[in-house]
Amino acid sequence: MSPITGRGGVRARKIFGRFAEGLCTGTTVLTVGALAYLLGGIAAGGWRTITWDFLTKAPENGMTEGGIFPAIFGTISLTVLMILMALPLGVSAAIYLNEYAGHGLVSRIIRAAVNNLAGVPSIVFGLFGLGFFILFVGRGIDRAFGLGLLFGQPAMLWAAATLAILVLPVIIVATEEALLAVPASQREAAYAVGATKWEVLRKIVLPQARSGILTGAILGVARGAGETAPLLFTGCAYFLPHLPVVQIPHTPVWVINPFDQFMQLSYHVFIMSTQSHNPTEVRPIVFGTALVLVSLTFLMNLGAILWRRRYRRLLEEARV
Amino acid sequence: MSERHISSDYDRALEELRQKILQMGGLVEEHLTEAMKALVQRDVALAKSLMHQDHPVNRLEMEVDDRAMRLLALRQPAARDLRFITMSLKISTDLERIGDQCVSIALRALELQAEPPLKPYIDLPRMALLAQTMVKESLDAFVAHDVVLAQRVLERDEEVDQLNDQHFRELLTFMIEDPRTIGRAMRLMFVAKSLERIADHATNIAEEVIFMVKGEDIRHGKAMPEGKG
Amino acid sequence: MIPLDVRSKIEIKGLSYWYGNHQALREVTISLPEKRVTAIIGPSGCGKSTLIKSINRIGEVAGEIRIEGEVRVDGESVYGEEVDLVDLRRRVGMVFQKPNPFPQTIYRNVAFGPRLHGVADKRTLDEIVERSLRDAAMWEEVKDRLQDSAYGLSGGQQQRLCIARALAVDPEIILMDEPCSALDPTGTARIEETVAKLKDRYTVIIVTHNMQQAARVSDFTAFMLTGSLVEYNPTERVFRNPENPMTEDYITGRFG
Repeated sequence: MSPITGRGGVRARKIFGRFAEGLCTGTTVLTVGALAYLLGGIAAGGWRTITWDFLTKAPENGMTEGGIFPAIFGTISLTVLMILMALPLGVSAAIYLNEYAGHGLVSRIIRAAVNNLAGVPSIVFGLFGLGFFILFVGRGIDRAFGLGLLFGQPAMLWAAATLAILVLPVIIVATEEALLAVPASQREAAYAVGATKWEVLRKIVLPQARSGILTGAILGVARGAGETAPLLFTGCAYFLPHLPVVQIPHTPVWVINPFDQFMQLSYHVFIMSTQSHNPTEVRPIVFGTALVLVSLTFLMNLGAILWRRRYRRLLEEARV
Repeated sequence: MSERHISSDYDRALEELRQKILQMGGLVEEHLTEAMKALVQRDVALAKSLMHQDHPVNRLEMEVDDRAMRLLALRQPAARDLRFITMSLKISTDLERIGDQCVSIALRALELQAEPPLKPYIDLPRMALLAQTMVKESLDAFVAHDVVLAQRVLERDEEVDQLNDQHFRELLTFMIEDPRTIGRAMRLMFVAKSLERIADHATNIAEEVIFMVKGEDIRHGKAMPEGKG
Repeated sequence: MIPLDVRSKIEIKGLSYWYGNHQALREVTISLPEKRVTAIIGPSGCGKSTLIKSINRIGEVAGEIRIEGEVRVDGESVYGEEVDLVDLRRRVGMVFQKPNPFPQTIYRNVAFGPRLHGVADKRTLDEIVERSLRDAAMWEEVKDRLQDSAYGLSGGQQQRLCIARALAVDPEIILMDEPCSALDPTGTARIEETVAKLKDRYTVIIVTHNMQQAARVSDFTAFMLTGSLVEYNPTERVFRNPENPMTEDYITGRFG
């Protein structure tokens, strides 16, 4: 008789399988449940506060009345500025690492540095932002061009730069993955008709890596929009009487003023819940602000996901 | 069934092979006619000129073999292509043998020249006509993939054999009555033998055509079912 | 080796080739004829793909390689100091094992090469695209859907599209690395018929692990084993009466 037939224990194997499946389902339910509880709690505590006024007016009366529009505006502007800085930097770095750097000691050091960057605590980023961008770079520029105190002070520019450094590893890793996912056969085909390395990258690899790079951007936005600690010293304020915008002279166009300070949702939640004079009165506002922050992050993610879907679909109906 | 291969070179090569066979067939039919003419009309010059008449046929046989080999080596033919190519090899052999027999007949014609005719030629021309028809029809069947026509060729062989027997008995009487006729009678019998052999080869060709078209091997009186063994 | 009346397009002398520490070719010497189809056969790992990749130097894209010996096209070494890789790869086109069209329209796939090399005029591009698709026996099938995605084509059609793409830059030599491995018999037969027509204008070198394909399609056949060239003769000779007993063993399936 063959050694395979007649072996007992099939029942035990099936039971174990079902147990493992149950374990996976259970932990997923737990995770989703925790998330639901968290979001539910915020929603429950804050939904009453969400009114049109709340979303469109500035705070009044010591933060106990009015709205949080400036904080919303500040969060969005900050995130946009951050991504504008982080994406080109991260994508270029990833291209360098993946396509141009060898496998020698230098590239391994660079890679290690990128990985370690991801592990730096965010408060340290805040101090870094203050010490490097504001004091060193900012004051340095001021001194060099005799500008008095223009660059060398807390501003959205430096806050965005700090956050950009923070999300850099996320973008680099995601871009590298995306570049690696482009099949070697595509590159070979391009080289074989006489393309240079840069042409292969620009015309074949990067277009096919688009969706992966956008994933990186989404992850970066998700990470950066909710960070508080890096903003502590680099430009965030609890209350500002004006929005961080400026009018281009002689035109009706208003643009974001990166040299200005700004309000931000997570920072607002932090300060309001720890340093307010009327904790009970502001509690609903705290919840409301938190709810807005979570929703905003969610919406920004959603927008980016939908945009990425467009590229995914193009590529997928392509690949048979 | 579509007629053409995706590879046009392959089609061309098969067609050229077919043409070579037909060329051989045409030559061989002509040679038979000429040989019989030399015999019946006692034309010495013609008989002499036919001594080496089979050279072109022999050359064609080699060409057919070479082309068939080439096709087998390079094209890995299957099914009807395989049957066509392998049967072409056999048919060319049969045609070459027919050519040889025609030369024999011309040789006998030359030999018979030396003495006066033994009797008027009646049976031999009839046998020759039958043999010629059989060769022609077997080649027509080859071109047209006509199994019915090939079958008819097989049936005619009976007639040739009967004529041969009849001719043999007649000559036997001559030889018994007068031993001085033995030389000429024997030579006439050789001619009849050649014609009978030509008819046999035509029969072979017909059987090969049937195999080529249907995949059935009907030689030696039995049909072998295809694809077994 | 090859008849004297046929001109040699590619001369390879004493070529040894290493990928890292692995030696893929051992002192291969072979003369590949112009405007003919030469097939290279042999068991897996015998070095046949490496041999053709050494001609357009596409092996260097993947990593470090080392060579000794020489490879010359029209008398000039392709490994020389002043050799422009971009121009070399334009002159020596390549079709790969698995069809690899770009995820773009049929038109743009074929026009990719010419655009790279500076052709911008729409009418010229249209002409080039049509000519290349015709040469690859694809024009009638796709002329009404040039703006469709290349990925809507069948495997065999995609491979012929890749051939058209290679032809679009007007090469002199076309290298084919097992171009039919991923195709069904009908697709394979169409490619072989295309190859038979290409040899009027191009020098074709085709690597194949299917020796029947080599028999059907080529004028000359080279047989390789573990990095060395064992026999190189006109195809009919190789398949009717090979010079080397190892060749005969391989071809008759006595090993391999």
